[in-house]
Amino acid sequence: MPTTTTEIAWGHDLERALTDAKARRKLVLIDFSAAPM
Amino acid sequence: MYPDPRVAKFITEQFVPVRFHVKDQHDDFQRVGGKYGAQWTPTILIVDADGEEHHRIEGFLPVDDFMSQLMLGTARAAFDRNDYAAAEQLYRRIVEQFPETEAAPEALYWAGVSKYRATNDPSALKATAAAFAERYQSTSWAKKASVWR
Repeated sequence: MPTTTTEIAWGHDLERALTDAKARRKLVLIDFSAAPM
Repeated sequence: MYPDPRVAKFITEQFVPVRFHVKDQHDDFQRVGGKYGAQWTPTILIVDADGEEHHRIEGFLPVDDFMSQLMLGTARAAFDRNDYAAAEQLYRRIVEQFPETEAAPEALYWAGVSKYRATNDPSALKATAAAFAERYQSTSWAKKASVWR
Protein backbone atom coordinates (compact mmCIF):
# COMPACT_ATOMS: atom_id res chain seq x y z
CA MET A 1 0.00 0.00 0.00
CA PRO A 2 1.54 3.33 -0.99
CA THR A 3 2.21 5.87 1.72
CA THR A 4 1.18 9.47 1.27
CA THR A 5 3.51 12.29 2.20
CA THR A 6 2.16 15.27 4.10
CA GLU A 7 3.61 18.56 2.96
CA ILE A 8 3.79 21.25 5.59
CA ALA A 9 1.87 24.33 4.44
CA TRP A 10 4.16 26.99 5.85
CA GLY A 11 2.77 30.48 6.26
CA HIS A 12 4.96 33.57 6.40
CA ASP A 13 2.72 35.97 8.30
CA LEU A 14 2.81 35.68 12.09
CA GLU A 15 -0.23 37.85 12.75
CA ARG A 16 -2.33 35.78 10.37
CA ALA A 17 -1.02 32.56 11.95
CA LEU A 18 -1.96 33.77 15.44
CA THR A 19 -5.47 34.66 14.27
CA ASP A 20 -5.77 31.27 12.58
CA ALA A 21 -4.51 29.52 15.73
CA LYS A 22 -7.09 31.29 17.87
CA ALA A 23 -9.91 30.27 15.56
CA ARG A 24 -8.73 26.65 15.27
CA ARG A 25 -7.62 26.33 18.93
CA LYS A 26 -4.11 25.38 17.91
CA LEU A 27 -0.59 26.38 18.82
CA VAL A 28 1.70 28.19 16.39
CA LEU A 29 5.05 26.73 15.40
CA ILE A 30 7.52 29.40 14.31
CA ASP A 31 10.56 28.20 12.39
CA PHE A 32 13.48 30.58 11.96
CA SER A 33 15.39 28.86 9.21
CA ALA A 34 18.42 29.15 6.99
CA ALA A 35 17.82 25.84 5.24
CA PRO A 36 17.07 25.77 1.50
CA MET A 37 13.33 26.10 0.92
CA MET B 1 13.55 16.84 10.08
CA TYR B 2 10.63 18.25 8.07
CA PRO B 3 10.73 15.82 5.13
CA ASP B 4 10.05 12.98 7.58
CA PRO B 5 6.36 12.07 7.18
CA ARG B 6 5.85 11.66 10.96
CA VAL B 7 7.18 15.17 11.59
CA ALA B 8 5.13 16.69 8.78
CA LYS B 9 1.96 14.91 9.96
CA PHE B 10 2.45 15.94 13.59
CA ILE B 11 3.13 19.58 12.69
CA THR B 12 0.17 19.73 10.32
CA GLU B 13 -2.17 18.24 12.93
CA GLN B 14 -0.97 20.12 15.99
CA PHE B 15 0.19 23.54 14.82
CA VAL B 16 -0.31 26.48 12.54
CA PRO B 17 3.18 26.47 10.99
CA VAL B 18 4.92 29.69 10.02
CA ARG B 19 8.46 30.00 8.70
CA PHE B 20 10.81 32.94 8.42
CA HIS B 21 13.79 32.23 6.23
CA VAL B 22 16.89 34.29 6.90
CA LYS B 23 17.12 35.31 3.22
CA ASP B 24 13.70 34.76 1.67
CA GLN B 25 11.75 36.54 4.43
CA HIS B 26 14.64 38.70 5.60
CA ASP B 27 12.65 41.64 6.99
CA ASP B 28 10.18 39.46 8.89
CA PHE B 29 13.03 37.22 10.04
CA GLN B 30 14.66 40.30 11.59
CA ARG B 31 11.42 41.72 13.01
CA VAL B 32 9.90 38.53 14.47
CA GLY B 33 13.27 37.03 15.36
CA GLY B 34 14.16 40.20 17.22
CA LYS B 35 10.86 40.14 19.10
CA TYR B 36 11.51 36.57 20.31
CA GLY B 37 15.27 36.83 20.66
CA ALA B 38 15.99 34.16 18.06
CA GLN B 39 19.77 34.24 17.73
CA TRP B 40 20.46 31.15 15.67
CA THR B 41 19.04 28.89 12.98
CA PRO B 42 17.25 26.67 13.18
CA THR B 43 15.27 28.08 16.09
CA ILE B 44 11.79 26.66 16.52
CA LEU B 45 9.30 28.27 18.88
CA ILE B 46 5.98 26.95 20.05
CA VAL B 47 3.72 29.84 20.93
CA ASP B 48 0.03 30.12 21.77
CA ALA B 49 -2.54 32.19 19.90
CA ASP B 50 -1.59 35.22 22.00
CA GLY B 51 2.00 34.89 20.84
CA GLU B 52 3.20 33.69 24.25
CA GLU B 53 6.21 31.37 23.97
CA HIS B 54 5.97 27.92 25.63
CA HIS B 55 8.91 26.02 24.19
CA ARG B 56 12.08 26.65 22.21
CA ILE B 57 14.24 24.28 20.17
CA GLU B 58 17.61 25.57 19.01
CA GLY B 59 19.77 23.64 16.56
CA PHE B 60 19.19 20.59 14.41
CA LEU B 61 17.88 17.38 15.99
CA PRO B 62 17.32 13.87 14.60
CA VAL B 63 13.69 12.96 14.00
CA ASP B 64 12.86 11.18 17.28
CA ASP B 65 14.50 13.93 19.33
CA PHE B 66 12.75 16.61 17.33
CA MET B 67 9.37 14.89 17.62
CA SER B 68 9.78 14.50 21.37
CA GLN B 69 10.74 18.18 21.69
CA LEU B 70 7.65 19.22 19.74
CA MET B 71 5.58 17.09 22.11
CA LEU B 72 7.29 18.73 25.11
CA GLY B 73 6.08 22.01 23.68
CA THR B 74 2.47 20.91 23.38
CA ALA B 75 2.61 19.47 26.91
CA ARG B 76 4.13 22.65 28.32
CA ALA B 77 1.45 24.77 26.65
CA ALA B 78 -1.22 22.61 28.34
CA PHE B 79 0.62 22.92 31.68
CA ASP B 80 0.87 26.71 31.30
CA ARG B 81 -2.87 27.03 30.72
CA ASN B 82 -3.40 24.99 33.92
CA ASP B 83 -4.78 21.98 32.03
CA TYR B 84 -2.76 19.59 34.17
CA ALA B 85 -4.62 16.40 33.23
CA ALA B 86 -3.93 17.00 29.54
CA ALA B 87 -0.34 17.97 30.29
CA GLU B 88 0.27 14.75 32.24
CA GLN B 89 -1.15 12.68 29.40
CA LEU B 90 1.06 14.42 26.85
CA TYR B 91 4.18 14.11 29.00
CA ARG B 92 3.57 10.39 29.58
CA ARG B 93 3.13 9.88 25.85
CA ILE B 94 6.66 11.21 25.31
CA VAL B 95 8.11 8.71 27.80
CA GLU B 96 6.19 5.88 26.11
CA GLN B 97 6.90 6.81 22.50
CA PHE B 98 10.44 8.22 22.77
CA PRO B 99 12.01 6.64 25.86
CA GLU B 100 15.55 6.97 24.53
CA THR B 101 15.44 10.73 23.91
CA GLU B 102 16.64 13.50 26.22
CA ALA B 103 13.05 14.72 26.37
CA ALA B 104 11.91 11.50 28.09
CA PRO B 105 13.33 12.11 31.60
CA GLU B 106 12.20 15.73 31.42
CA ALA B 107 8.73 14.52 30.47
CA LEU B 108 8.72 11.95 33.30
CA TYR B 109 9.52 14.73 35.78
CA TRP B 110 6.83 17.07 34.49
CA ALA B 111 4.26 14.27 34.27
CA GLY B 112 4.69 13.88 38.01
CA VAL B 113 4.39 17.61 38.61
CA SER B 114 1.30 17.76 36.39
CA LYS B 115 -0.36 14.93 38.30
CA TYR B 116 0.46 16.62 41.59
CA ARG B 117 -0.97 19.91 40.34
CA ALA B 118 -4.12 18.12 39.12
CA THR B 119 -4.70 16.14 42.31
CA ASN B 120 -2.78 17.99 45.04
CA ASP B 121 -1.68 14.51 46.10
CA PRO B 122 2.03 14.42 47.11
CA SER B 123 2.15 10.69 46.35
CA ALA B 124 2.35 11.71 42.67
CA LEU B 125 5.76 13.23 43.37
CA LYS B 126 6.88 10.29 45.47
CA ALA B 127 5.91 7.89 42.70
CA THR B 128 7.88 9.99 40.22
CA ALA B 129 10.97 9.84 42.41
CA ALA B 130 10.52 6.07 42.62
CA ALA B 131 10.25 5.88 38.82
CA PHE B 132 13.56 7.71 38.54
CA ALA B 133 15.15 5.04 40.72
CA GLU B 134 14.35 2.60 37.91
CA ARG B 135 15.41 4.66 34.88
CA TYR B 136 17.23 7.80 33.81
CA GLN B 137 19.21 7.75 37.09
CA SER B 138 22.11 9.75 35.70
CA THR B 139 20.03 12.68 34.43
CA SER B 140 19.56 16.06 36.08
CA TRP B 141 15.82 15.31 36.20
CA ALA B 142 16.45 12.33 38.46
CA LYS B 143 18.47 14.62 40.74
CA LYS B 144 15.64 17.15 40.79
CA ALA B 145 13.10 14.44 41.61
CA SER B 146 15.30 12.92 44.34
CA VAL B 147 14.01 15.49 46.83
CA TRP B 148 10.55 13.88 46.57
CA ARG B 149 11.64 10.46 47.90
